Amino acid sequence: MAKIEFLGPLNRETIEVDIKSLNDLKEMFKDDTELQEWLEICAVAVNDSLVCSLDTSIEAGDKVSLLPPVCGG
Amino acid sequence: MALELHDGPLHVEEISNRWFNEMRDKNYGAYIPFIGIVRDEDGISGLSFDIYEPILESWFEAWQEKAKEQGAYLLMAHSRGDVPNHTSSYISAVVSPQRKVALKFINDFVEDFKASAPIWKYDIIDGKRVYAKSRSTALKGAGLLK
Repeated sequence: MAKIEFLGPLNRETIEVDIKSLNDLKEMFKDDTELQEWLEICAVAVNDSLVCSLDTSIEAGDKVSLLPPVCGG
Repeated sequence: MALELHDGPLHVEEISNRWFNEMRDKNYGAYIPFIGIVRDEDGISGLSFDIYEPILESWFEAWQEKAKEQGAYLLMAHSRGDVPNHTSSYISAVVSPQRKVALKFINDFVEDFKASAPIWKYDIIDGKRVYAKSRSTALKGAGLLK
């Protein structure tokens, strides 16, 4: 199982899912209309590194984080 | 590592004095601080912040490496949680042998901080946190899962 973290204003509990790639996660989220709005603007990190490919493979124990737009300072 | 996170508003005098005293005998000729102050605007009583520390730390370490390459050194402090108007949520500073390097570096660093540091800002309005979405910047690769 991989952990999915929803950071900052996403404000959702962490979930655990059985996925092999980010493509699987995209598929899993496609019917979540509330989340869809956020997915357009969220970046994705796997084990705390930002990633840019849906083919990124996910192993058991990996941490996937969804990061909404940022504004520090 | 010279990155520090504090709950609530920053104690500017303590942090500034401590950093200056830590740096004064390191033979840097220039010390350029930037102190952000929360402005009273749009009916807010303050700002509030969430931080994702693992990525903030790796982002800061990468900038510290860039600083080292130029003989400079970076310091940064940021608040977690609520920060009232007219107090500080953010301080950064760069020390360098040369003034010009430090002035350019602090500008580049703060620009990238705004665009890349995993920190989420909320306005505090009537005691509630409202995500400052219109002032926020999407991170690299945003929209991957849409």
